[in-house]
Amino acid sequence: MRQYGLDTALGERFMTGICDKVAIVGMGCSRFGERWECDAEDLMLEAFREASADAGVEAGDLDAAWFGCYFDDASVGKSALPLANALRLKNIPVTRVENMCATGTEALRGAVYAVAAGACDIALALGVEKLKDTGYGGLPVGTPGAFTEQWRPNTSSPGSFAQLASAYRAEHRVKGEDLKRAMAHVSWKSHKNGAINPKAHLRRAVDLDTIIGAPMVAEPLGLFDCCGVSDGAACAIVTRPEIARELGKTEIVTVKALQLAVSNGSEAGHGGWNGSYIHCGRLAGQRALEEAGVRSAPDEIDLMEVHDCFSITELVTMEDLGFAEEGQGWRAVLDGAFDRDGATPCQIDGGLKCFGHPIGASGLRMAYEVYLQLLGRAGDRQLPSPTLGLTHNLGGEPARCVVSVAVFGRND
Amino acid sequence: MSGLGIVDAAAYVPAMRLDRGAIFAANSWANPALRGLARGSRSICNWDEDSLTMGVEAARRCLAGRSPDGVRRLYFASTTPPFADRQSATVIGEALNLSGQLAAVDLGNSRNAGMQALCEALRGDGQALVIAADARRAKPASVQELQYGHGSAALLLGREGAIADVVAEYRLTRDFVDQFRGSGEDFDYRWEERWIRDRGLREIIPGLVQGILKKAGTAPGDLARLVLPAAPPRMTAAMAKALGLPPEAVQDGRLGDVGDTGAPHPFLLMVDALAESRPGDLVLVIGFAQGGIALLLKATGNLPRWQKRNARRLALSPPRPESAYTKYLSFSGLLPMDFGMRAEADAKTQLSVFDRHRAELTGFAGGRCPVCNTVQFPRSSRCVNPDCNAEGEQEVVLLADEPGAVTSFTQDWLAYTPHPPLQYGLASTESGARVLMEFTECPLKQMQVGLRLRFVFRIHAIDSQRGYRRYFWKGAPAP
Repeated sequence: MRQYGLDTALGERFMTGICDKVAIVGMGCSRFGERWECDAEDLMLEAFREASADAGVEAGDLDAAWFGCYFDDASVGKSALPLANALRLKNIPVTRVENMCATGTEALRGAVYAVAAGACDIALALGVEKLKDTGYGGLPVGTPGAFTEQWRPNTSSPGSFAQLASAYRAEHRVKGEDLKRAMAHVSWKSHKNGAINPKAHLRRAVDLDTIIGAPMVAEPLGLFDCCGVSDGAACAIVTRPEIARELGKTEIVTVKALQLAVSNGSEAGHGGWNGSYIHCGRLAGQRALEEAGVRSAPDEIDLMEVHDCFSITELVTMEDLGFAEEGQGWRAVLDGAFDRDGATPCQIDGGLKCFGHPIGASGLRMAYEVYLQLLGRAGDRQLPSPTLGLTHNLGGEPARCVVSVAVFGRND
Repeated sequence: MSGLGIVDAAAYVPAMRLDRGAIFAANSWANPALRGLARGSRSICNWDEDSLTMGVEAARRCLAGRSPDGVRRLYFASTTPPFADRQSATVIGEALNLSGQLAAVDLGNSRNAGMQALCEALRGDGQALVIAADARRAKPASVQELQYGHGSAALLLGREGAIADVVAEYRLTRDFVDQFRGSGEDFDYRWEERWIRDRGLREIIPGLVQGILKKAGTAPGDLARLVLPAAPPRMTAAMAKALGLPPEAVQDGRLGDVGDTGAPHPFLLMVDALAESRPGDLVLVIGFAQGGIALLLKATGNLPRWQKRNARRLALSPPRPESAYTKYLSFSGLLPMDFGMRAEADAKTQLSVFDRHRAELTGFAGGRCPVCNTVQFPRSSRCVNPDCNAEGEQEVVLLADEPGAVTSFTQDWLAYTPHPPLQYGLASTESGARVLMEFTECPLKQMQVGLRLRFVFRIHAIDSQRGYRRYFWKGAPAP
């Protein structure tokens, strides 16, 4: 069993982590898009039906569930009730979680931790978001809190991440047009990947000139530097590997790592951070790779689904997770390192770029693609026999964020 | 007089100068006669400015480099205060971090409120700050729209180090209603121009001049400069001639590049006059409304040093030409632009939260960690420095006057602002504080990482549903 140390006030302790303690026995993902015809409850059912059939597990077999939804007020309402109602769960414990764009992965973390702890045998993690019913082109306007909103600017998500580009350019002395070209490549690659995914929202390849010439949303992010806005749901049914085998599974995907790093205000309020990278992205990545026992991410990770809310986010994340040298991510992107046929394919399903970002669902949608790829079920998108995949969610904004990184692998 | 003199004086005119030709071009279909007024430009507030913020800016310029500790009285004069019940003087006092024992007084209801405030302040003892500001609205296609401008000015009164002594004060009080604004009304209503000229200005102003000269025992020929209310230049020249003054003694009314600013206008012109005076010069300042107030000033030997300071202050906000008439209409609330769904977000302010954080929000107070000395905003009970995180009472550090710089930025066309794109990002202050803040007054092409900033007190959000507005500090390009 792998062990890794942490220095704490109590002295050095050893945690064993959750590596290989929990198997995913079924996953489901709704079609993402402008789902004008249905409610969030319908999307939940659509995702759950697929996972249930995949796992051979009915709603009545679940011991507990975790429900992820961000804009609850604009869609399903607060609490765990919407999930319990939609699936008519048997009055089992259901917990609603919300942690900005990491919400879906947080739901999974809750279910995985509960199974790993032995508190339950079979748990469900389900995330949903019905963004299109809010009426907004992007994300609805939220509040950062009663005091903070009295002084912070009225930011938008593109504007928050656009700052990353300004600081990256300044820190690494990258010309504006070079970075813009690399950012365009990020989106170009994802559109190409998403075009062949039947569950993606935006299924159209877009050429580089169109991407570069698109209207500006928040300098330097143009329209195609921003991910789509859609409705969707995704879910996972998790259990212990031995139960998975009892359920008849022979090809087993286990959770290798599930880590989260949360800003404590130092990036936003202390001069030690230059704004050109994601501090918590690096931490979450290091912790997850350590938990998964990965020594070299570029050599061992076969594919990844990262939080490409904006093209610049994906580009910087390549550095934060160790897939490119600091300050060189833009070159690696332009060299095609993360294209479908590159060293480590990224967003092989089309990413947030093509799926859109129904917040509660996104982390689970990423896990879904990695799960399919690991089991060889990704159809036209299938990569040659991957064994280890990574997902990454970044919630909030570069200066104040929650970042989750998960690693999944085959463990037959 | 009380022995108080004018120790410092500063004017603030918003950088945005709307081309009067653009106003005329938009309205000529309705009133081609406006062509005669369509020369030069007028000052307009940015969307995040009002009388209160302009007052803060003028006062900061006036107090720059001085300890504000001695200021015990603050007068704010305006016919356009943002609140009918929430005194601007109190907010301004907190923005300037003046003492909580401050006597804060708002005066209004008259274009002459600034001069009245000055007279009241001169009667007291100890240092006093007299601020006047106005951002009067005008109906589209009205004469006032072309004539008015927005601006503010502040005077610091004190016993020591005066740049000008007050020699005499003289008043004529008469309910001459040349124009008025009913309570709750948006616009001024003005009577016929020739009548105002013949029975108002030509009767009242000579009376004021003669009265004060007699009181001071001075002859017209002794006057170096005459500051008259905003009146057509030909009329002021004629009045000077009638008084036996040379035309060059009449202070320019700044109608060409600013416009008539209302309550602050006598101060604005007084600053101009002092900037062009020499020690020993007599400057006569006249404010006109329901009669008038005349003040006779005598420049002292401290004037030349002030003149250098004043020139530097004027460079803080160089004029920026503006030709978008609809921008001005929108900023003035006269044109409901469609800014999309994001503009619908509720800007309600939780007042109990505001009260707990007044020092940070209004005074821009940060904190200094007692252990590692890291300066931070907002102040907190646990240090933000990741290598420290010590718990302890943080000493207050006032950040408003620190130089700043842009660490990261964006120009955001999605987030709501009345003046797209919304510019914001991380700003760093000289002492090391790091604040995510809005940037204002910055031409889009000028914005870059490393841009030097000066912090300014501005409107943060307007709650139009409840008639409230909140203020905070923003980064503006430093000269």
